[in-house]
Formats: sequence, structure tokens, C-alpha cells
Amino acid sequence: MGGRCVGHAMTITLRNLTAGYDRHPALHHISGAFKEGSLTAVTGPNGGGKSTLLKALIGFLRPMSGHIDFGGLKPTDIAYLPQQSAVDRSFPLHVLDVVLLGHWPRRGAFGGIGAAEKARALQALEQVGMGAFAHRPIAALSSGQWQRVLFARLIVQDAKVILLDEPFAVIDGHNTHDLTHILTHWQGEGRTVIAVMHDIPLVQEHFPQSILLARELVAWGSTADVLTDANLAKAAHLAGHWVEHAATCERDERARA
Amino acid sequence: MTGFLADPAFKHALAAALLVSLGSAPLGVMLVLRRMTLMGDVMAHAILPGVAVGFMLSGLSISAMSVGGLVAGLTVALLAGLVTRVTALREDASLAAFYLIAVALGVLLIALHGNAQEMEDILFGNAQSIDSDMLRLMGGVTSVTLLTLAVIYRPLVVESFDPVFMRSVRGRGGLYHVLFLMLVVLNMIESYRAMGTLMSAGLMLIPAITAQFWTRSLGPMMGLAAVIAFMGSVGGLWLGFGFSLPPGPVIVLIVGGFYILSLLLGRHGSVRARYFPFRHLEA
Repeated sequence: MGGRCVGHAMTITLRNLTAGYDRHPALHHISGAFKEGSLTAVTGPNGGGKSTLLKALIGFLRPMSGHIDFGGLKPTDIAYLPQQSAVDRSFPLHVLDVVLLGHWPRRGAFGGIGAAEKARALQALEQVGMGAFAHRPIAALSSGQWQRVLFARLIVQDAKVILLDEPFAVIDGHNTHDLTHILTHWQGEGRTVIAVMHDIPLVQEHFPQSILLARELVAWGSTADVLTDANLAKAAHLAGHWVEHAATCERDERARA
Repeated sequence: MTGFLADPAFKHALAAALLVSLGSAPLGVMLVLRRMTLMGDVMAHAILPGVAVGFMLSGLSISAMSVGGLVAGLTVALLAGLVTRVTALREDASLAAFYLIAVALGVLLIALHGNAQEMEDILFGNAQSIDSDMLRLMGGVTSVTLLTLAVIYRPLVVESFDPVFMRSVRGRGGLYHVLFLMLVVLNMIESYRAMGTLMSAGLMLIPAITAQFWTRSLGPMMGLAAVIAFMGSVGGLWLGFGFSLPPGPVIVLIVGGFYILSLLLGRHGSVRARYFPFRHLEA
């Protein structure tokens, strides 16, 4: 992980962040900070703004108001794994080709890929238990194997911040167990890891930090403090009261006045 | 019946077929993989009004008609993208509307200013008319296509396969998408002289679709598509010159025959593979 600034904590800070689609905020006035080297689960009801938060962090969504302070991180320091539907897996590529894409932030569209880069990619495939599949077509993989390959690409990408949107949604317990350990390993290497999660027991077991979102921020802090029965009930209550034809939000103006 | 083999026009047409096959087959493969086959068809038809305007201004002049076709093709490509983005209509519907309008406009313009022979030449091509100037133009287009494709190969493949990853690494996928569409238009213009505006999409797309049945690797897929396109062109020119048939439709019918055979017998996803699979491997 060379090139890390010593003594300058690369904290990502949200300042009164509002983001969403077509003027409807999916994420409403959120403030808080992801410390460097933290492992945070983003949880909450469906439509609560979890994926929206990741999209704002990777820069796919411009904040409607408020802003995100990246603490000196460049856009290419952040890796993003979206929900599974996004990729065309019938494409005639081999597993190794996909993992080699992890070199993109350093090699770009035109840089050469040599023996060292290939060795790194094969090593990453070994790490996720897919070493024997390097030369298989991606169309031949199961969902769990495919998710392992994408994790290998993230390993090669070597980013300081890793965003994952429901990384375990479509895979079985065995795959989930192995890949969760990779998240913990990344945190051990000093990377900031932020994952949207549905499985509350899994979060309680493996994630030190949590955010509970229901469009509004319900709680942000250590997982034990955030995932209490009271907070979960509050999130569920907020989720039951969403309106489609909302009035213009005046909160920013009131705060300024 | 074999006297035409010594005809310089036949030799020119053969060279043209090789050039067109080399350039447009890999583009066709990318169109198929990007699920943009309809876009290929649209581009081929969209150049027609531009070609017609070129024809109105300076007769059957290659350069005027090519420039007109280029302008019209790029305009429709950009307009179709724009209309899809700002309206709620599905992209395939917008594209279909665009190309039907383009064909109607083109045919009307040519009918107003030309005779039946000229109409047929533009719609169905005239392989006999390919001279050495035209060949030089085609050689240029194929060279530019293959060089550009070699340079943008990686970003183009990544943008087609995983656009969200491309965006997350700030890969400027849109730029490569536009470059790719420009190559498609250029190649449609390259081939319409021999194939006609109505048939040039067939030579780009059908070999690419056929190759899907035989390989699951991108490089070999492009190579195979080029070989199929060239075999179809040679066969079509042979029959066309020998029996005085328009080569364009004959070429498309021959590659169409390859498609049907592959659909029935191919290695991957064919009728044969579905109902009479080979014995499974050990791992």
C-alpha cells in the first residue's frame, strides 16, 4: 500500500449530506465520519439510502446539498463493487482478464501488463480460492465464484478505500464466510472498508462500526451502540412513513436563518 | 463463364471484399457483444440520406457521397443517443423510428434526382464499379479501423463488459463509445459502394453473430468473423460476376447460410449443442 501520507488521517467526512434522484432525496441531511482503517456496515430498510450513500462516495451522484470531504483522497484511491446485476457475464472473457483489470488505476487504458502484473493477479485468485479457474471463461462461473473473482480484482486494485454494495446478497454461507474474512483482512492492512449489509447477525459478528439509515441517519457509531432494538424499531417506523409527493425541504434555509 | 476472372473489375472487387471483411468483422463482434446489433443496422440505413444529398450535389461521386454519408451517420448516431436520454421511449423504439425515416428520406431524394439504375446502385451496390481510387479509400478506412481498434481495444472491451467499473476508475468510457460508433459509420460507408446501403450491415453483423456459435474467446471470435465475411464475399462476387447477379444480396445470403449452419451445428449454444451434447469433461 505504498504512498500513504504519514500523520495525515484520511478521514472521509459527510457534512449535512443530502443526495438522491429526481429531487427526491434518498439520503437526508447526513453528517458523520469514516475514519481511516475503519470497517463499517451500512444497514437499514430497503429504500433507506444505503446504495445512494455509496454512489455519492464514489462520485456517481452529486450531492443535492451539503458535501463530502475526502480528506486528501483522490477519486482513484476509492474502489467500488456494485450490486451484481451490473455486469454482462456472457461476455467472452477469461477469469484472469477480469482480475487483471484491477491494475487499471496504475496502468490505465494503455499501460502494459507484464509478468509482474499477471503474477499479482494469479496470487489474488489464489487468495480467494479461485487459482484453478484463471483460464476459464467467466460465463462458466457460479454466483459465488464470480463474487470471489470480483474480490480478487479488488485485491489487485489495492485501493485505500473499498466500497461494497451488498457483497454477499446472492451467495451461500460458505462463500460469505470466506469473503467476510477478506474484509477483515483489508481493515487489518489499514484500508477503509464500507459495505452495505442486510444480514444483521453477520454485521454484529464482523463489523466494528455501523450506520443505520432510513433516509435520515438513525445512528452511526460502534455496532453494539447502533444496532439496538430501539434504533431498529425507529428505522422501521421511519420506513413506514415515506411519501411520494413531498413538499420542498426548507431545513437548509432554516439552519442558515 | 469463367472469363470474368481475368476482368480487372473482379480483381478490384476481390481486394475490396478482403478490406471490408477485415475492418467490419471485428466491429460487428463488438456490436453484437454490446447488444447493439440494431444500432449497426440503424447506422447502415442512416447514411442513406447523406449519400443521397452527396449524389444530388455531385452525381455518383465517391467522395461527395462518402462525406454526405459520414455526416448523416454520425448525426443519427448522436441524435439517437440524445433522444434516448431525454425521452422516456425505449432505445430500440427510437432507433427503429430514426432509421425508417432515414431510409424513406434517402429513397425519396434519390428518386427525385436520379434514374432507376442509379437508385439500384446506391441501394444494392455496384461491385463492378470499384476502381483503384475507391480501393485506396477502402484501404485507408480499413487501416484506420484496425489501428484505432488496436489502440482502444482494452477500454472499449471494459466499457462494454463492465461500464460501472469503467466509471468507478474514471475510465472515460463515453469517449471510447463515441470513437467506436465513428468507426462503425466509417465502415458502413466503406462497404456501401460494393454492398449497397441496404446490405452493408449484413456483412458486418451476420459473420459476427455466426462466430458466437464457435468460440468463447474474443480474439478468435473477431478472426473467425473476418474469415466468414471474406469467404461469403468471395463466393458472392464469384456468383455475382458469373451469373450477372447483384453481389450484395448474394454475399449476405451466403453468410446467412453460414449462420443457419452454425445455428444448427455450432459448438456453443446451437441446436446440436442443446440436444446432442458432447460427453462432459472430468472437471
